[in-house]
Amino acid sequence: MSEQSIEHHDYDVLVLGSGGSGLRAAIAASEAGARTGLVCKSLLGKAHTVMAEGGLAASLGNVDPKDNWSTHFQDTMFGGKYLNNWRMAELHAKEAPDRARELEHWGAVFDRTPQRTMSQRAFGGHSYRRLVHIGDRTGLEMIRTLHDRTVHSDVDVFMETTITRLIKDGERVVGCFGYRRQTGELCSFSARALVLATGGSGRIYKITSNSQDCTGDGYALAYEAGAQLVDMEFVQFHPTGMVYPPGVAGLLVTEAVRGEGGILRNALGERFMERYDPKRMELSTRDVVARSIYTEVKEGRGTPHGGAYLDVSHLDSDYVKRKLPSMYDQFLELAGVDITKEPMQVGPTCHYFMGGVKVDADNGASRVPGLFATGECSGGMNGANRLGGNSLGDLLVFGRRAGIGAAEAANASGPVSLPAEQVAEAQAEIEGFLHGSGAENPFHLHRDLQKIMGDGVGIFRDREGLSEAIGKLEELDARAANLRAPSDRLDYNPGLQLCREVKNMLTVSHMIARGALLREESRGAHSRLDHTGYSDYWGEHNIIIDGDSTHDMSLTPTPVVKRDELDELVEARKEAEKAS
Amino acid sequence: MSETAMAGGTRRLQIWRGDLTGGELVDYELETEPGMVVLDAVLEIQRSQAPDLAVRWNCKAAKCGSCSAEVNGRPRLMCKTRLDHLPADQPITVEPMRAFPPIRDLVTDVSWNYRVNKQITPFTPRENLKPGVEINEKGEFLIDQADTDRMSEFRKCIECFMCQDVCHILRDHRMHNRYYGPRFMMRMASLDMHPLDGVDRLDQIADEGGIGLCNITKCCTEVCPEGIHITDNAIIPMKERVVDQRHDPLLKLLGCTPNKGRRKPPPRAETPEL
Repeated sequence: MSEQSIEHHDYDVLVLGSGGSGLRAAIAASEAGARTGLVCKSLLGKAHTVMAEGGLAASLGNVDPKDNWSTHFQDTMFGGKYLNNWRMAELHAKEAPDRARELEHWGAVFDRTPQRTMSQRAFGGHSYRRLVHIGDRTGLEMIRTLHDRTVHSDVDVFMETTITRLIKDGERVVGCFGYRRQTGELCSFSARALVLATGGSGRIYKITSNSQDCTGDGYALAYEAGAQLVDMEFVQFHPTGMVYPPGVAGLLVTEAVRGEGGILRNALGERFMERYDPKRMELSTRDVVARSIYTEVKEGRGTPHGGAYLDVSHLDSDYVKRKLPSMYDQFLELAGVDITKEPMQVGPTCHYFMGGVKVDADNGASRVPGLFATGECSGGMNGANRLGGNSLGDLLVFGRRAGIGAAEAANASGPVSLPAEQVAEAQAEIEGFLHGSGAENPFHLHRDLQKIMGDGVGIFRDREGLSEAIGKLEELDARAANLRAPSDRLDYNPGLQLCREVKNMLTVSHMIARGALLREESRGAHSRLDHTGYSDYWGEHNIIIDGDSTHDMSLTPTPVVKRDELDELVEARKEAEKAS
Repeated sequence: MSETAMAGGTRRLQIWRGDLTGGELVDYELETEPGMVVLDAVLEIQRSQAPDLAVRWNCKAAKCGSCSAEVNGRPRLMCKTRLDHLPADQPITVEPMRAFPPIRDLVTDVSWNYRVNKQITPFTPRENLKPGVEINEKGEFLIDQADTDRMSEFRKCIECFMCQDVCHILRDHRMHNRYYGPRFMMRMASLDMHPLDGVDRLDQIADEGGIGLCNITKCCTEVCPEGIHITDNAIIPMKERVVDQRHDPLLKLLGCTPNKGRRKPPPRAETPEL
């Protein structure tokens, strides 16, 4: 393969990932005048964003006129247990309304109020009805709108293309290397600025709502390139995934089911949220609801398939079919359950990564010159727990900002070229996956990784379990050095694809397990059985991760960066919470 | 249908293995779990028996439209098709979509669809939207829920391309260069029905799009996993509009056919080849 020619492309800005944040970044970069390329592992329009159901949080105030950006900011901070990047939470709350209106001008169609404006629905942790939506397929509407906007702009799209390595010239990221999945042909890209928009890493868990593509590529690529990551221990387990049949376990049941009035009960028929959060009940924040369901099941009050009942059968059946059409289909088709007549059985499923690449809130820049990150791949906006609806706002607000930021950086940069020795190293890695002397099967390694993470780094954690998991992950490191695809064919080789993805997932798993071990408290999505309360120290600190390999990963507690002008809002919210 | 009806047990699958140069059905047998879907079975075979089996999939939740294939001869999303809904006394055949060239095994080259999409003029708001009636002071559109519902039916499309796969014009007659296919008729319908869209799409629908070629067999509607009434709600209303505007005898008599003089040249050369 060493004689194989390498397809090469050159851009001002290259975006990796075609979910909402990647598309929004590419559109912004292109509009700012940058020659822009977009690389995605799958076909365009298939990204994980299509799975987002409930809606896009923006304080338009169409349904509840009292809503405004500062309440949205406060809700986000409270949901994130005050570990959020304050500036990101501020920008998000302020800019989401404009981004929602902009989407309409690009052709997106959302449900309406009687006054013919965009309708907004209630969601967990939001003080007002705030989520712009269309039925229960808001993510699809957004992705299709952005997809069409992208293909009618000057962005070049490289579908089914996998990037295995970022390439640096000195301190600066100048491009990347990978292969075309359909043919196995190698390809390289030089770029004056590169935006990571690769989403999360849900596939490190067996029970997940995440797409196959969510393998933490951006986290690992950024780490290897010298970027910092923040708060990786905060993994959101969505409270309601399907628990039966086995093949669909983990499949998302949208929070809109609860937003529209769905009731949670245990096997005894008790509305158990009365015990955990009597004020917000089913619409408590996701971390609370997920832990409550988990606890009910663990204490023997679970449903026959090990979950809780989620019931909408008391609602008008036509209303359910109109407001939750895909949930109705999903349960009827896959579980044989008519949700207008009988309850669903649901349980927690790995859903979202609050942590990610540490970036400048205003422009998405990482510590590494030329490297940007946005969307779920970046961290900070959501703190210790993300509110539903904030990811769709996040990807629009910060996708745009990262695209503009990257275009500006590209403008300020001279021409770049790829150092030959790094290209050769990247090529050798792929060569090794195909023809190396290793015999480690990536499918097996992936299965073992999922077991370690599910057993030791799940929804509840403790020192013993985490330490054991880290030990086992180190054993996987050794095995990962010998990864080889079971087949050496080049075209559409699933084993080759998984080799690099498993390495990425392993790196991400180390970050999560080590962060979880270090953070000796329970906060948001991170629950320690051996440290059940909040810690004042950790309430003021993020965990910053960097290093050269999984062996010398360093984790540094770093004070949360606050902003004086927002202090009053945050303190007011803290007081209000105490009073209630 | 209920949970209790879910069956596991040993099942035989015949999966098409091959590429553009040819291929054949290959037999596999596996132990299944209750409620398993075809994609579960294919991925289990990939994990344990055929690690180079090529299959395109992503969300496994019937939301991304990646895993379209022909199961027992009928286009289906593999992730939404339960094994126990298929006859137990015969092997399950899984083949790639036939309207598109195979890349390998179950993966087909659907790039033609993306080239077609690029031909379609995107949503473009009308100039001079009426303040307070069509747009408010914050720049937000004012639209009726009824209009939203009408467009929304088509916007549910997940681009699985199974409607394209069964369309006779594409599948049997291979007229990919003359007809955009049901998926993109539907896309144009959703744009055409947007109350604030300012583009006259009639020429594209009739000429490049080739709507006249559809002979209303409704095969597309039958296979749509989203239950979209493609023929009745998208194609037929647009066909009627084309006929009304192009062939109205009174307008013809008066010499003022709406699109006269703005017709684009015959589009054959510029429509994308398969």
